[in-house]
Amino acid sequence: MLRYVIHRIFYTLPIAIGVSLVCFALVHLAPGDPLSAILPENASPQIIAEIRAAYGLDKPLPVQYVIWLGKVLTGDLGASIKTGQPVLREIIPAVGNSLILAAAAICLAFAAGSVLGGVAGYTRNRVLDRVVTSTAITGVSLPHYWVGMVLIVLFSVELGWLPASGMGGGNWQNMILPTITLAVIPAGIIARSVRASVIEIRKQEFVQTLYAKGLDGRRVLQHVAKNVAPTVMAVMGLQFAQMLGGSILVETVFAWPGTGFLLNAAIFTRDLPILQGTILVLAMIFVAMNLLVDILQMFVDPRVKRS
Amino acid sequence: MAFTRFVASLFATSTLALALTAPTQAAEKVLRVASTMSDIPLTTGQPSQGGEGQRFIGYALYDALVSWDMSRSDIPAPLAPGLALSWAADEATRTKWTFKLRPDVKFHDGSAFDAEAVVWNLDKLMKRDSPQFDQAQSTQAGFYVLNIASYKVIDPMTVEITTKKPDAVFPFQIVGVMISSPARWKEMGGDWNKVAYKPSGTGPWMLDKLVQRERAELVKNPNYWNPKRIPQSDRMVLLTMPDPNTRVAALLSKQVDWIEAPPPDTLPRLKSAGMQIVTNKYPHNWPYILSYSEGSPFLDIRVRKAANLAIDRAGLVDFLGGTATPSVGAVDAKHPWFGNPTFKIEYNPKEALRLMKEAGYSPEKPLRVKFAISTSGSGQMQPLPMNEFIQENLRAVGFDVQLDVMEWEALRSRRRMPSDAPENAGIHALNNSVSVVDPFNSLIGVALSTARPPMGYNWGGFKDPKADELALAAGLEFDPKKQDELLGKLHAYIVDQAMWIWVVQDLNPRAMAPNVKGFVQAQSWFQDLTPVSVQ
Repeated sequence: MLRYVIHRIFYTLPIAIGVSLVCFALVHLAPGDPLSAILPENASPQIIAEIRAAYGLDKPLPVQYVIWLGKVLTGDLGASIKTGQPVLREIIPAVGNSLILAAAAICLAFAAGSVLGGVAGYTRNRVLDRVVTSTAITGVSLPHYWVGMVLIVLFSVELGWLPASGMGGGNWQNMILPTITLAVIPAGIIARSVRASVIEIRKQEFVQTLYAKGLDGRRVLQHVAKNVAPTVMAVMGLQFAQMLGGSILVETVFAWPGTGFLLNAAIFTRDLPILQGTILVLAMIFVAMNLLVDILQMFVDPRVKRS
Repeated sequence: MAFTRFVASLFATSTLALALTAPTQAAEKVLRVASTMSDIPLTTGQPSQGGEGQRFIGYALYDALVSWDMSRSDIPAPLAPGLALSWAADEATRTKWTFKLRPDVKFHDGSAFDAEAVVWNLDKLMKRDSPQFDQAQSTQAGFYVLNIASYKVIDPMTVEITTKKPDAVFPFQIVGVMISSPARWKEMGGDWNKVAYKPSGTGPWMLDKLVQRERAELVKNPNYWNPKRIPQSDRMVLLTMPDPNTRVAALLSKQVDWIEAPPPDTLPRLKSAGMQIVTNKYPHNWPYILSYSEGSPFLDIRVRKAANLAIDRAGLVDFLGGTATPSVGAVDAKHPWFGNPTFKIEYNPKEALRLMKEAGYSPEKPLRVKFAISTSGSGQMQPLPMNEFIQENLRAVGFDVQLDVMEWEALRSRRRMPSDAPENAGIHALNNSVSVVDPFNSLIGVALSTARPPMGYNWGGFKDPKADELALAAGLEFDPKKQDELLGKLHAYIVDQAMWIWVVQDLNPRAMAPNVKGFVQAQSWFQDLTPVSVQ
């Protein structure tokens, strides 16, 4: 098992380097001067050159990449062009804020998706299944930001029940609307995956054997759930990692200061160190989540361990 | 059992804390403001985030030597004494400015403000080898200190600043240099990142709490040196809400009391909910900066005048929900710098057609031009629909306008280079909103032929001996009244030359709850929130 884990970690290294290269190249390919957000309109060529050199932007791109990668390996993601703050100091609270939202949203999505998917799987081709499936497809198809705006208009503006935006200094009520918004698509995806898995598992002979042995429905459900778990876990892992990346639109609509909000601000101000650092950290979280899910699956599903 | 005890003690502590804080919170007057910013500006002294950063953080936490008088809404905000009681340039060289400082001013940390503090702050921005030099603040202050050659302490309450060349508009630049506390910087171990969370200025507000990208909470400075500007609110909560619809929803749901820049199409809804919509003239132009590079069709004054006459500004203002006024030049007709132009900027498509015909163009044989525009951006209002509106207006008189749409920072990069730079090849005009705050960035620096970027704002290369003469004279006129007269003549001249295509002036709308009282919207990029409170 340890060998498997080491292998998986080893495989992530080229992925990490590839991701770092792609994110560096993409950020630098975008039009616009990263210094334009901070330089005064009439900065002299001398000042521009000095500041460009101070941020290392005067060197050829491959050299910039190597220097940046070297620093990244020592945990130094540089400093924000705009604020001068270390990039990590900017990213960590944002990741924390996105984590809070993602954890709540994935729990909600898991609960709703599992129940709906399970019900649909058990009532295949019946009215309930069609209702649940339609609901799941609708959930997957609705744009996040539109759902967010509708929820704000309904629950904040018209009914006045919930705050419209921000973290409210830690007020849990501020989490409700963004959590629901963020959970809609993953809930739909989880519901569809669970439904498909339940149908697939229930067709298998061991389920018939369980019934033949005289187990009641509840006990059979436990066995079905156990077999569905690896699929759900894989889907949840990916969805959770995506949520941790923050949704730029959801976080902007709700003024939630997570990674999506940070990226949005960094894009508009061409804050390259923040952009590069955030994308890299998020990509690494994505890779780590995949690794974690693979390892967890090995514990849950003995077939993975054997293979 | 242990867990139960923990929960019980937590509950008891929370209840007690709530009970203790409830009366204080109830008594505290809080003003909650939703800004358009996506992050809280730098709090260390020189704020980031442009005009909004100066408005909510710069002039709230800090003072400059020279300040703006933002107490009136009926005139453009004039300069006023700030941390300096008076200032004057010497008669002989006109480069040595003596600032007599205001006595008995304390920073928020209790340390005294004096001439040493001023020099220390200028070192912070300009002297790269000084321990307190801060690149982040220095870049924000670049424009303000551009013409400073040297500075020194004359006595504890007098500072002398020498400019590189005689510059009558220097007080309009020093107004942007914020003075932060040297004592606080030392207390924080010389770490500006730490100072950011516990800054100390001399301003009417003091920072109480900073949560990056979310909020800054400012509390009133009861010992502010100007008793007339001691804040009427106990606390101002500044929130980041870059999405305009989010701001509107936050105001409608009573989550905030004040929002910046509501979108025009939401104004009827806000008004129907009883919200106050406050607008005023605002030194903020939305023009097309024309290219005078070789081959540009705008070298022909008939084409320039035709473009100015082709735009239905009243229709555009209506489209914007009344949040702008039609431009009649770089400044409005009542501004001291307006002068007496003979060319009237108005909607006159017949005359525009005639001029275009004279120049050899017509709707059937249109003049092809390319305008660089942005998708959004600070001060750009609603660039896409506005440009499409104008594109149709211009088409009707013989222009075939191709819109080269780019992202805001890309457009800013183009503006930083003159029109004849290779990157700007083929672009005949740049749609970049401009502030009309000081004489240099409003008139002198846009009309003077030598003020090409980066030395000024003459992006297109407008070159005219009379404009040069007037611009140079205005820049060297130290008598404010005479300077206004010269600026009026310069303005009238560039309007008569149809130097740019002037379209509208933003009215800077903001919306606030019905119970927000005391706000006077100055004709300025900056506003004074000290008289504002929620009743």
